[in-house]
Amino acid sequence: MPRYSISHLMQLEAESIHVMREVAAEFERPVMLYSVGKDSSVMLHLARKAFYPQKLPFPLMHVDTGYKFEEMYDFRRRMAEEYEADLIVYRNEEAIAEGANPYDLGTQRCCGLLKTQALLDGLREGRFDAALGGARREEEKSRAKERFFSFRDRFGQWDPKNQRPELWNLYNCRVGQEESIRVFPLSNWTELDIWMYIHRENIPVVPLYFAREREVVVRGEQLIPVEGQARVLPGETPRSMVCRFRTLGCSPCTGAVKSSANSVEEIIEEMMVERISERSTRIIDHDQEGSMELKKREGYF
Amino acid sequence: MTDIQTFLKQNEDKELLRFSTAGSVDDGKSTLIGRLLADSKNIYEDHLASLKELSRKDEAPDLALLLDGLKAEREQGITIDVAYRYFSTPRRKFIIADTPGHEQYTRNMATGASGANLAIVLVDARNGVLTQTRRHAFITSLLGIQHLVVAVNKMDMVDFSEAVFDEIRRVFLDYAAKLNVSDIRLVPVSALLGDNVVEKSGRMPWYHGQTVLDILEDVQFLTDRNLVDLRFPVQYVIRPHQNARYYAGSVLSGVVRPGDEVLIMPGQNRTRVKSVSSFDGDLEEAYPPMSVSLQLEDEVDVSRGDMIVHPKNLPHVDRRFEAMMVWMGEAPMDPSRHYLIKQTTQTARVSIDHVDYRIDVDTLHKVDVSRLALNDIGRVALTSNRPLFHDAYQNNRLTGSFILVDYLTNHTVAAGMIIDRLPEDRVPMDVDAGSEPRASTSKRASLVNPDRRIARYGQKPCTIWITGLVGSGKSAVTFGLEEALYEEGYSVVVLDSSVVRSGLSRDLGFSAADQAENLRRVAECARVLNDAGLIVVASFISPSAEGRRQVAERIGTDRYVEVFVDASLDWCRKHDTTGCYAKSDRGLLRNLAGVDYPYEKPRDPAVKVASETDPVDRSVSRVVAVLKEKGYLLTIPPAP
Repeated sequence: MPRYSISHLMQLEAESIHVMREVAAEFERPVMLYSVGKDSSVMLHLARKAFYPQKLPFPLMHVDTGYKFEEMYDFRRRMAEEYEADLIVYRNEEAIAEGANPYDLGTQRCCGLLKTQALLDGLREGRFDAALGGARREEEKSRAKERFFSFRDRFGQWDPKNQRPELWNLYNCRVGQEESIRVFPLSNWTELDIWMYIHRENIPVVPLYFAREREVVVRGEQLIPVEGQARVLPGETPRSMVCRFRTLGCSPCTGAVKSSANSVEEIIEEMMVERISERSTRIIDHDQEGSMELKKREGYF
Repeated sequence: MTDIQTFLKQNEDKELLRFSTAGSVDDGKSTLIGRLLADSKNIYEDHLASLKELSRKDEAPDLALLLDGLKAEREQGITIDVAYRYFSTPRRKFIIADTPGHEQYTRNMATGASGANLAIVLVDARNGVLTQTRRHAFITSLLGIQHLVVAVNKMDMVDFSEAVFDEIRRVFLDYAAKLNVSDIRLVPVSALLGDNVVEKSGRMPWYHGQTVLDILEDVQFLTDRNLVDLRFPVQYVIRPHQNARYYAGSVLSGVVRPGDEVLIMPGQNRTRVKSVSSFDGDLEEAYPPMSVSLQLEDEVDVSRGDMIVHPKNLPHVDRRFEAMMVWMGEAPMDPSRHYLIKQTTQTARVSIDHVDYRIDVDTLHKVDVSRLALNDIGRVALTSNRPLFHDAYQNNRLTGSFILVDYLTNHTVAAGMIIDRLPEDRVPMDVDAGSEPRASTSKRASLVNPDRRIARYGQKPCTIWITGLVGSGKSAVTFGLEEALYEEGYSVVVLDSSVVRSGLSRDLGFSAADQAENLRRVAECARVLNDAGLIVVASFISPSAEGRRQVAERIGTDRYVEVFVDASLDWCRKHDTTGCYAKSDRGLLRNLAGVDYPYEKPRDPAVKVASETDPVDRSVSRVVAVLKEKGYLLTIPPAP
């Protein structure tokens, strides 16, 4: 490449680091939402780069539903140690104690209680004025209009009609009491960028992304793993299949894809051939046309 | 190497081009983008499948539906905000800022264009160059985009006619001659059928130029960067341990290397760059848009908002500047108010001196106005309370740009692009309220030594600065304190608004600049009285922390004692004897602290008085006790 040129990955990296430093400089109580997935892995790595050689200037918060895969809990423990991060795990204990689950409540209500509600409660309890999240604009249509710095009123709600204009690299970080800002440093990254960067920087990710034999049931077009608290519905027969996960959520609601890719390189190769967008394996997004937008208005990430 | 390794190698080194698109509702902008994505094989299959369900007709999928993100917009059938789209080809990655063409959404167009290297403007071949086309081209030029592609769409509706295209080209270039865009290209396309978007059209053999995608892949935009003037605003100070400081930030322009001699603005300290650091190790150099951190040779005082530059290449340092502004707030500009300005990593307070003119974007004529309203573009002169380090936007997009924030609502209300400053004689001769205060310890010719004054009066002079809302009970404390000190034998003077406004500041009004000047005069006055050995009790609302800081510096921070008289707004309203709140409610009074002007509570006052619960005499004794504790009040021998 010619002198002073800069690759797209390096540009994305520079932009994300700029955003994170702005958050650390301008807010009193920032927090980084850590969901254990690949985007969180990249975000954590970028945060380390942004503040090196200092430790992260904000805690991590994992909104835990109790329905995550075992591998995710193991990985979370490992990462918190490796990054010497202050990790907050927040759960809606009340709903969990009452046995909230997607089978009886439906995915919408279950997500509402265990994710959105828990997130809002967690943010309020920590009195956080900024929450960094790993969402990307490419993921879903309603996210395409999201700002890097997305204002939330004191109920955590998003108003897509009334967003602050965002120009150059100048971010308006002002909030009133109890209001907050969700910040998305990975806004401009695509799924391919994420994997290319994981490859380039050798970033650790949860082993669930790599293919191996798993017990699954076929539900609609989804492969649902029979692990943890996942239920086998009447008429379904578990069978063994080589598969992997493209996104990670709760075990009952995250579908696997048939795949034999078990390295980052093979995953990238597969992406170039398979052209199915990643969130199609998330059950919640399909419930209703525009469901992500509804959830986001209510306070979901 | 395997295929995938070759692929990875190639794709890691891709360039990133950001471009914006603008067009009217029916120009087919979304279809054009959809076509770019589809023909460059970037639409994922399931997206296509869900589109087929959504499209009204069962024919070809409506590519435009890909782009209309939000539900409300989908129902209205229009795009109303900036949406970002991503695609890549083997040569480049692209980020599209897709902005609406509606007249009332100039705001969004400017937003999308602010980060772009190139802009695509859509023209409907049937309609030719419209008002909105001119508007789009003007905003492109205003935002400093050097490459403009005019996609003349719907060529299929005009029989792919060369004459139609040529006429549009003639009209457009005629208009664009007045703009400041160096690279303009017109391309005849049919987004619907795909002609000249990705694939060259066989139906327009008369067109010999490149397709839209070819232009996007070929355009040389890296040379648009400024690699000459080093501008490194400090964003964040990293302190891994006691003795190490890393100054983190983005290189906005220029190149920085270890060993470079640098100047730190505004302190004007000179030192050298010890290292250009990153997580991946020290770097030989850093250039835009890299985010790095710098270590300096010497221990100098550097904080967020400072700017590291080369000593022989300085930005403008000024409190006054002129800018082209796009007003984005729902409420029009209020020239009598303060706004917050964010420029590089600095946030300051700014007042509007005057509006030169508004531009009629359709004719490029200048219109006389006194303020800007939503979606207006105009030239404005501003004054900030602190010097800003800036360059003309034309030379440097990131040091020449700023946003204004309304700090009552926290909305971003304007975007600005600084223009080369006017000659000094045209700068408004308003008061110099924010200039650096003269130190109180300056050499004095007086033969009376301060110690002799202390001995005579039995007091070390100081200024008790009483701040709080109208009606909070400042006056009661002020005059109570005056009397208490007098009774104990001390020499004390009261300064308050009624004293100052009726004489010393009778020429001043209540604009932000005038209020700042009023406080400056009060502070000067207090300083002189303190120098003469007297204690001053000054009672002023003084709502801004920055304003109080300047007062303290002017008087001398060692002689400044802050007393915060605190009471809720409701309580103040009830106890107000001035009628200010009633006037404000009827719209007769503006900028009233606590109502339509923010009151920034002192963070660390020497005494905090809670008027709602504390009796005045108790509060007064507390202040006296603190003054004694701090050593201002010496024990006075009983009067002879």
